[in-house]
Amino acid sequence: MGFYLAVKEVWRNRGRFVLISLVIALITTLVLFIAALAEGLADSNREYLSKVDAELFVFQKDVDNLIATSRIGRSKINDVRRVEGVKDVGAIGFATGSLILPDGRQPVNVSLIGVEPNSPGMPPVLTGRTINTLKGNEAVVEERFLTRFGVKVGDDITIKTIQGTKEKFFSIRVVGSTDGQQYQFSPAMFMPFKTWDQIRPQAQKTNTAGELTSNVLAVRLKNPEDKAAMAQNIQNQVDGIEVIDKQATIDAVPGYKVQQSTLNTQQFFTLLIGVLVIGGFFQIQLLQKIPLIGVLKAIGSSNTTIAISVIAQIIMVTTFGVFLGSAVTLLLSVVLPAGIPIVFNGSSVFLAILALLAIGPIGGLVSVRVAIGVEPLIALGLSS
Amino acid sequence: MSAILEAKSVSKIYKNGASEVKAVDSASFQIHPGEFVGLVGPSGSGKTTMLAMLAALLVPTHGDVLIDGINLRDMDEKERVKFRRNRIGFTFQSNNLVPFLTVRENVELMLRLNNLYDQDSRKKVDELLERLGLCERKNSLPNQLSGGQKQRVSIARSLIHDPSVVLADEPTASLDSQRAFQVTRLYADLIHEQKKAGIMVTHDLRMCEFVDKIIQISDGKIVSIIDDRETIKAMISCG
Ligand SMILES: Nc1ncnc2c1ncn2[C@@H]1O[C@H](COP(=O)(O)OP(=O)(O)OP(=O)(O)O)[C@@H](O)[C@H]1O
Ligand SMILES: [Mg+2]
Repeated sequence: MGFYLAVKEVWRNRGRFVLISLVIALITTLVLFIAALAEGLADSNREYLSKVDAELFVFQKDVDNLIATSRIGRSKINDVRRVEGVKDVGAIGFATGSLILPDGRQPVNVSLIGVEPNSPGMPPVLTGRTINTLKGNEAVVEERFLTRFGVKVGDDITIKTIQGTKEKFFSIRVVGSTDGQQYQFSPAMFMPFKTWDQIRPQAQKTNTAGELTSNVLAVRLKNPEDKAAMAQNIQNQVDGIEVIDKQATIDAVPGYKVQQSTLNTQQFFTLLIGVLVIGGFFQIQLLQKIPLIGVLKAIGSSNTTIAISVIAQIIMVTTFGVFLGSAVTLLLSVVLPAGIPIVFNGSSVFLAILALLAIGPIGGLVSVRVAIGVEPLIALGLSS
Repeated sequence: MSAILEAKSVSKIYKNGASEVKAVDSASFQIHPGEFVGLVGPSGSGKTTMLAMLAALLVPTHGDVLIDGINLRDMDEKERVKFRRNRIGFTFQSNNLVPFLTVRENVELMLRLNNLYDQDSRKKVDELLERLGLCERKNSLPNQLSGGQKQRVSIARSLIHDPSVVLADEPTASLDSQRAFQVTRLYADLIHEQKKAGIMVTHDLRMCEFVDKIIQISDGKIVSIIDDRETIKAMISCG
């Protein structure tokens, strides 16, 4: 019965209700774009890290878990490897270089990631082969190289870095490709650790055979469930290091948390605006309907009927709006250029849709309360 | 014949902080099947309050109201709501139709509320609408109707579910006198035909031309109950 009233009212006033649905659709589009952007930006920042096949990361002690600051000497690898419960350890070095594109295009920044063959940190290869030496001039690149820069497996590419005060150019053969592995907003290429050490930008070219250092170590455990205890174990048994898990490593990436919390705050406030808009609209509409509700109650409508009619209306209008907004967003996402870091299939987008569907009923709670409180006596112009 | 509706020394006292208003004071009367009663009296005399108590909308401070032998006082709020949609038909002053339902849907509403809506309902509604001269307006929305048409729809709604008692509070207050007569006559005819206990509050003595009994009320007290046709006629003619 309540549902019948809701449907009739919405249908006979469809102009007005479509209008409010459009507002909800707009809010939906906004919220979904923010969610997708948050997901996309997060991905561009941490994509590689979140995919690394390891549970723990080893940092130099007292560097606030900053990858760029941390230095771990090669000797530590063996120390860590010897800890009971550790399955495998891989050194990872991070640097940035420029990819020189042929035919005069602007050079682009790429992440140079030094890894050890067949160790944690080296992503699985999709096409071509993996790197299998410690110092060959070869690299595995992520798919964006192929799609965005027109690089093919088998090509030689040129990487430029600054060493000392000079620009240095290195020719590297692409031997394989891997899936999306961005790090700090740049497409990543993986190269043998020693090659990486030669190429990476540095203040002074180090010819001396000092100890080879990486930024972090990726640690794979025999029993991944143990990671909290194992982090403590490793830290206790090896000097001068700090061990944290993958999520903590990602959170420590400079700017990552700030950026995510900014976007989450935006999203939260947009949802809040949604709740207020819906709540406000239905509240005003309800206040105008109070005499009618009085009549309906006088002639014997139960509170349940009235409450259902109010809430069903809100749910219909919200659902329609969210559906419309999602459709528009989907359409827009298809026509948007590929460079924009938005990801629509992430869980945050799904959560955003759930939150959007919930704003109707939440915004309408006040209206329901008011509706239930209306006295049937007002139909006769009396009050108790 | 036994009464459908019986008021037994019914009183209503409104309390507002320290002040008390005795809106209805020990009123007693009966209404029989097919009897149409006019409740008249000056403004503030307690007519609407009386009607609200008869309609199970307001609980008397003292005394009892019985409809079909059931004492309204014995019901809780939920039962009263059910009782209203079952046994009572309402017509209010004006603007009491659901604006987003058509004429037919407004009338059907009482059947739907009572879970009485079935395939025969359409015919039943159409017949009643025809009786009230609303055949052509079945699919109109209330805002497309004249005041008189709206009140006739209200009357249809108050009768469609076969209630025991039909009540109206100044149903013709917003109509010109010609329309008012027309509507009141139809109302009276239907009450007589369908053997309802009908009660109508009115300011306008002329509308009492169609009633069988006049209850005059002043300051909450019943001053006279007139059920003699000649006396009623005489009363109306001298105003
Ligand atoms: N909620 C209330 N609280 C206090 N007093 C009230 C309340 N409702 C009505 N009254 C008083 O009760 C008395 C009867 O009111 P009621 O509305 O029943 O009169 P009425 O005969 O219908 O008047 P009218 O012809 O103007 O509609 C009036 O004096 C009115 O002021
Ligand atoms: Mg009144």
